[in-house]
Amino acid sequence: MEKPVTGTRKVFMTGNETVAWAALAAEADIMFGYPITPQNEIMHYWTRLGAKYDRGFLQTEDEISAGFTVCGAIIAGKKAFTATAGPGNTLMQEPFSMAEAMRLPIVAIIQQRGGPSSGTVIYSQQEVTLTTYGGNGEGHRIVYSTASHQELYDYTIKAFNTAWKYRFPTFVLGDGYQAKMREPLEMYDPEARNLEIIKPSPMVGLPGQIGIDREPQHLCNIYSLEEELYDVVLKVQAEYDGIIPELVEYECRECDDAEILVVSHGVVSRSTDDAVMALRSQGIKVGAFRPITLRPFPSQKLREILRSGVKKMLVVESAYGQLVRLLKQEIYGETVPIETLLMPGVGIIDADIISKVKSLIQ
Amino acid sequence: MGLVRVALAGEGGQGVQSVAEIMAEAAYDEGLQAIYIPNFGLEQRGGVSIAFLQVSDRRIGAPKFNKADVVVALSQRAMIRTHTYSGPDTIFVYDSSFEVGEGDLPSQYKMALDMPAVEKSRELNTRVFNVIIMGAILELTNMIPVQAARSALERKLGYKFEKNPELREMNFKAIEIGQALVQNKLKGGEKVCASSM
Amino acid sequence: MTQPVMPKTWYVPSKPHKFCPGCGHPLILKALGEAVDELGIQNQTIYGCDIGCSLLSWNFFAMDSTQTHHGRTTPVMVGMKRARPELICVGYMGDGGGYSIGSQHLVNSAIRNEKVTLILANNTNYAMTGGQLAPTTLPGQKTETTPFGRDPALTGNPTMGPEMISSITGDGAYVARGTVAKYRQLKGFIKKALQNQMEGNGFSFVEALSTCPTNWRTNAKQTWSWLEDEMGSFYPVGELKSPFRKED
Repeated sequence: MEKPVTGTRKVFMTGNETVAWAALAAEADIMFGYPITPQNEIMHYWTRLGAKYDRGFLQTEDEISAGFTVCGAIIAGKKAFTATAGPGNTLMQEPFSMAEAMRLPIVAIIQQRGGPSSGTVIYSQQEVTLTTYGGNGEGHRIVYSTASHQELYDYTIKAFNTAWKYRFPTFVLGDGYQAKMREPLEMYDPEARNLEIIKPSPMVGLPGQIGIDREPQHLCNIYSLEEELYDVVLKVQAEYDGIIPELVEYECRECDDAEILVVSHGVVSRSTDDAVMALRSQGIKVGAFRPITLRPFPSQKLREILRSGVKKMLVVESAYGQLVRLLKQEIYGETVPIETLLMPGVGIIDADIISKVKSLIQ
Repeated sequence: MGLVRVALAGEGGQGVQSVAEIMAEAAYDEGLQAIYIPNFGLEQRGGVSIAFLQVSDRRIGAPKFNKADVVVALSQRAMIRTHTYSGPDTIFVYDSSFEVGEGDLPSQYKMALDMPAVEKSRELNTRVFNVIIMGAILELTNMIPVQAARSALERKLGYKFEKNPELREMNFKAIEIGQALVQNKLKGGEKVCASSM
Repeated sequence: MTQPVMPKTWYVPSKPHKFCPGCGHPLILKALGEAVDELGIQNQTIYGCDIGCSLLSWNFFAMDSTQTHHGRTTPVMVGMKRARPELICVGYMGDGGGYSIGSQHLVNSAIRNEKVTLILANNTNYAMTGGQLAPTTLPGQKTETTPFGRDPALTGNPTMGPEMISSITGDGAYVARGTVAKYRQLKGFIKKALQNQMEGNGFSFVEALSTCPTNWRTNAKQTWSWLEDEMGSFYPVGELKSPFRKED
């Protein structure tokens, strides 16, 4: 069968369409989903493209079911994924927890909308806490926060690879703006860039006769003894801690001599970049730090930057302190004062950041 | 050029989103950076629909903006809905047929520009009302050459043009009408070339 | 003394099993094991179990098996089947998992006529959590959360699962209610529910009336009488929908 993307192609499309193409390029086999704005078009494109490239789709009865059908398909050995937002993300924390516990490489695209509750169907960065630490677990997840369509393409492909390599639930955290807007990007065939696509493997329905060639698989998720669970969680934690250095990703801009460090993630970091450029041109020593992985958080790098002469840190987000909380726990002990620009559920532009930074130096 | 920001608002069905998309695609084809984001609310067709368009020769930051260089309101209530996007440097465009009372214009604008676009579209064909508006925006902003807009139109509606070549002429004519409306109003010198970044 | 013969697909290292003496689950699981043996599908059958006492069967079989969450066995098995249609996917759950917390999954997979086999044990209570009201608790029956007996005016009438499923599912579906009191008949129903999936006909669902002496607080005689008389008269046993000819 013809590859969905060959060579490199410049395109101009929405973020949701981008995700569908990236999932195809990542060799995803099947999607399970339930309609919720602003992620719907991922399903719309997937169902059309999937028919052409022989990939599966099922619209389930709700998000709980979408998450658990993904789990079932993954147990059976197929690259399955889902996409959701807001209240759907809340419902999916149950299957995400199971994926965390059973080490199922679930991939979910989260297009954040306004909250709490149904909030708006438009935009926010209010699903950071839920996506990084939702569920009744320890946050054994990997979360990529993207800032552009190019990154939506790159990190959706990467999410499948990360998930299947490390077997932790992996999230691409976008938002309504990224979902709905059109902007240019380059789509490419991963192979053409020597990017290896990791193959899936089944946990059940393995070859060989049970009792003769192999033992049956008994996949466990609940334990009779506290000590059993304790051992399992500590083992998973150790594994997670071990891969942090391989996983963390971040971006620094003008950090070397920065006296004010602006920390933001996702689409807001675009405004931060513009603000930093504008402020630098006025001679203000400001820099930008952007965690790309929110879980695991690039705390070591951030600590290094903070210790290199930063006098104040400004955290900017379209939520009321979700990034701030994440960051505080990650850099506990650092003494640089934290200022904030918190605008839950609305977009933040460079001018907002510029005036806030200026107010800090007066 | 620098960054050009346009907020285009109208009633559902007036074709606001489709001309914004055509202009974005045309800019992209010209090798410019472009971001088009529809205002997507709860309503599928009803209510005021707003398109946010940004075109630049450099990387564009935030997908939305607070104040536009050009705001175009295609209905009476779209005028009210778009006040928030009009600042001291904004050209606020609306149709001459609207009854403009107290409070209908935004509190801040550089210039309020009324154009008889509805009337002109009745003379040509009301279906190309949105394309007339596109012509006006192109004239106001110079963000892309008219030829690029024509090509993008051709790509989007080419299959219809094939069946009915008159439709092509009508659309291209609509662009010219839109341009002329602005030219008549401004007589040069007051175009928005770019805002400082 | 001769030991009872276990089905080939029972997993010997996990025996003796963890169910209470007098529990109906092992009988249902024996019927499933024997049916799998007779059909020769041990290697391609995947067994998924719910939370509740059904969970205690997670390593019961020498078949690939997975645990899930309470009520979520149905979507897990649906996802598995959709991903790999060559597998025979069997979900096992209690009345709570099927008719209450997972009812939306049961209803919708029945409507979509998913090609999976679901077996539901109806013992009229939530047994693992200590004997609370279940959707199938009989009118007047005492449970920990209906200490004075279930009052249908307050908590509705018992769920008639197979009756509901048979009326909403599609052509080719197989729906039956059996009872551990009639083992051979129950095994026949389960076997047909597996065959139906093997043939790709449609959704397959068997409810099995079961016993719970621990939470019913009954002795052997009372247990059997409750199963056969009280439950048996409320819940009619038989096939409600079948694509198979009668003589099959």
